[in-house]
Amino acid sequence: MENKTFTISVYSENNVGLLNRISGIFLKRHINILSLNVSESEIENVSRFIIVVDTTEKWVKNIVGQIEKQIEVIKAFYHEDDETIFLENALFKIESGLLFDERQIQNIIKESNSEIVTVSRKFFVISKSGRRSEITELHAKLKPFGIMQFVRSGRISVSKEPMEISTLLQELNINKY
Amino acid sequence: MSAKSQSQKPKAQNNMRISGAEAVIRCLLEEGSDLVYGYPGGAIMPVYDELYKFQDKLHHVLVRHEQGAAHAAQGFARATGKVGVCIATSGPGATNLVTGIADAQIDSTPLVCITGQVGKHLLGSDAFQETDIIGISTPVTKWNYQITEAHEIPEIMAKAFYIARSGRPGPVLIDITKNAQFDLLDFSYTKCTDIRSYHPKPILNKEKVKEAAAIINSAKKPLIIFGQGIVLSEAEAELKELIEKAGIPAAWTILGLSALPTDHDFNVGMVGMHGNYGPNMLTNECDVLIALGMRFDDRVTGDLKTYAKQAKVLHFEIDAAEVDKNVKTAVAVLADLKDALTELLPQIEKNSHTEWHNEFKRHYDIELEAVINEELAPTNGKGISMGETIEMINKHSHADAIMVSDVGQHQMFTCRYSKFNQTKSNVTSGGLGTMGFALPAAIGAKMGRPDREVVAVIGDGGFQMNIQELGTINQTKVPVKIVVLNNEFLGMVRQWQELFFDNRYASTVMVNPNFCAIAEGYYIKARKVTKREELDEAVAEMMASKEAYFLEVMVEKENNVFPMIPTGASVSDIRLS
Repeated sequence: MENKTFTISVYSENNVGLLNRISGIFLKRHINILSLNVSESEIENVSRFIIVVDTTEKWVKNIVGQIEKQIEVIKAFYHEDDETIFLENALFKIESGLLFDERQIQNIIKESNSEIVTVSRKFFVISKSGRRSEITELHAKLKPFGIMQFVRSGRISVSKEPMEISTLLQELNINKY
Repeated sequence: MSAKSQSQKPKAQNNMRISGAEAVIRCLLEEGSDLVYGYPGGAIMPVYDELYKFQDKLHHVLVRHEQGAAHAAQGFARATGKVGVCIATSGPGATNLVTGIADAQIDSTPLVCITGQVGKHLLGSDAFQETDIIGISTPVTKWNYQITEAHEIPEIMAKAFYIARSGRPGPVLIDITKNAQFDLLDFSYTKCTDIRSYHPKPILNKEKVKEAAAIINSAKKPLIIFGQGIVLSEAEAELKELIEKAGIPAAWTILGLSALPTDHDFNVGMVGMHGNYGPNMLTNECDVLIALGMRFDDRVTGDLKTYAKQAKVLHFEIDAAEVDKNVKTAVAVLADLKDALTELLPQIEKNSHTEWHNEFKRHYDIELEAVINEELAPTNGKGISMGETIEMINKHSHADAIMVSDVGQHQMFTCRYSKFNQTKSNVTSGGLGTMGFALPAAIGAKMGRPDREVVAVIGDGGFQMNIQELGTINQTKVPVKIVVLNNEFLGMVRQWQELFFDNRYASTVMVNPNFCAIAEGYYIKARKVTKREELDEAVAEMMASKEAYFLEVMVEKENNVFPMIPTGASVSDIRLS
C-alpha cells in the first residue's frame, strides 16, 4: 500500500491531557505528524483537531480507530486531499527598508494575493493564506531579499461532504446538556 | 468540564460535608469495592487516615511493593469479573504501578488505580515525590484524570468505575492532589451511566448477524476461536450452545481458556505459538473462521500473510478498532458477545461436521504421540517434567482450581495441560507477558474467590520478580497454593537460545537461593520435591492444606515447550520437535 497525505479530523471534549493521549497514538506507531491544529469547532464546547499525516490507508484507519476509542473523543474521520478544502497560513517578517529599496517586493505581494498586516519603522509583516505550494512559492521569491522571520501554521480544512457529527451531537446534547 | 458541571449542579439536600479523602472511601463503598490493595506514602496519607476509620467496612491489603498491588487487583478482577482497586502514593508509588496498569490495558482488565499527588500549588515545581503520572500512564490507561479540587471527587470516581468496567474493560488511573484530599466538599454520589463521547456497547446490527449466520450454516469446515470476550461478556453458555448446535470445533486463545470446559468434546485446544497442533494446522484448512472476542494477536496468528487466507473470517468483537486490524474480515459483528450470540443462536442450523471433527482427532493423535504422552509421563529417564506436575495438580484439584500462571515455559505448560470445569479460572499475563505477575495475582484471585482453590504456578525466574509478596501472604494469611517449577534457568529464553541462538546461554542460568527457607522465613509451610515418586503425595498435601503452602518442584533443566510456531512463521509451519 502506498503512502498518501491524509487529513484526520477529530471532534472531542475540551480536556487537559487529550492532546497528549492523541499524539501518543502516533508516537506508538512511529508515525510523524506533519501538521496539527486544534481549535473550536462549529459546535459549542467541542474541540476540533486537524492532523495531517503521510502514511498508508491501512495505518490511517488503524489510527482513526484508536483515536475514536479514546473516552473523550466524540468522533474521528479521515479524508484524502481531494475530499477537503484546506489551506495553511504563513507570516513573513521583512525589513521595512526593502519595501522602498526593492520595488518588486510590492509586485510579489500583489501577485501572490498576500497582504501586509502591519508596517513599522523597522519591519513589515506579510500574511499569506493558501495551499502549501503557494506559500512555498512566495517564500522562494522573498528569500533573496532576506526574511527576518518565517512561520507557517498547521493545515486547517473542512470536508466537502458533511461529517455526520453535528446531527450526532444534537442527539447527544438533547440527552445530556 | 467536570469541575464546572459539578459546581453548577444545585446542591442536593442532606449532603454531607466531608473531606476529599473520606469522599474517596465513600465512592469506593458506593461502587461495591470493599477490598483494595495498596501501599501508603506522603501524598496519599489523608486517604489512609480515612481507611483507618473505615477499616470495618473496607478491607485494605498492605502489599510489599506497588507492582504487587496492581497485579493483586488484576487477579481479583480476573477471578471475579469485578473492578479491581489499588492505591499508591505519588512519585515512585505511582510509577511502580505502571507495569500492572500496562498489563491490565493489554489484557482488558477493569482496574481503578488511585494515586496521591503533591498539592495543587506544588504541581510542576519538582516537589518531593512529584511525578507526572498522568503523562506516564496515558498510553497504558483506558482513561486517566487528575483531580485538583475536592468537589470533583464523586463525579470523577463514578466515571472511573463506569469506564473501567464497561465496553472493552481496562485500567483507569485517578491522580488526586493532596489538597483535594484534605479539602471539604458536599458529598452526594450518583453512579455514572452515560458519557456523551463514549459508547461502550455498539448497537447490534442484526443484518450482520444474519449474514454471519448464513455463512456459518453453509460452512463445511468451520472453526471457532474464542478469546476473553466470552469471559468478559459472560457468554460462556451461549458459546457452548453455539458449538453444540452447529457442531463446530472450538479452539481458544490463552485468555479464552476456561470459558469452555477443557473436557468438552468440541474443545480442540489452544491456538498460537505453543498451542495445539490441530487448531493451528487446521486454521489454514477451515473454510469459515469464527473469531469470538479475540484480537488476532501475533502470538496467535504467526505470519499474517499466510494466516487463514482460504477462510471467510467472521469477527464478533466489541472493540471497533480491532476489526480488520490484523486479519481482513468477511463479516464483522460489532457488539457485546452475549448480545451477538443470543441474536445468532436461533438462526443457526443443527449440524455435526463429523468428518471435520475427525481431522482434529487425527491431528491430536499426532501431537499425543509426538509431544503430549512423553510430557505427561516421561519415559526417557529424565527428571520431573512441568507437564506432569500440572497433570498432578489436575488430579488433586479435580480440575476445579483457579490456575494463576506467570510468564515463560511453565505458563505454556500450565495453559496447555491444566483442566478446567469452571470459567474465570485461568489467570495469566497474556498480552504483556509480565514476569512477576502470578504471586500477587494469586493473592487477589483468592481474596476475590475465597470459595475456590487458587494455585499459582511460577517459574524460578518470575517468582523472584515479586517474591516480596510472600510478606503479604504472611500478614493476611490468605491460603494460596504456590508451586515453583524450578529448572534453574530462565527457561523460555533458554529454549530460544537453544533453538535460534546456537545454544549460547547468555544470562539465562539462575543461581537460586533456598526457596523453601525463604517461604519458611515468611512462616509459610514449604516443601521441596526432587523425585518423581514424591510428587503425587506432595501435591496432595499441598491441596489438602488449609493454609498457604509453598511447593518447589525441581524439574528437568533443559526441557522445551512444543509444539512451537517459530516467530514470523506460518501457523501451518508448527514444529512438533
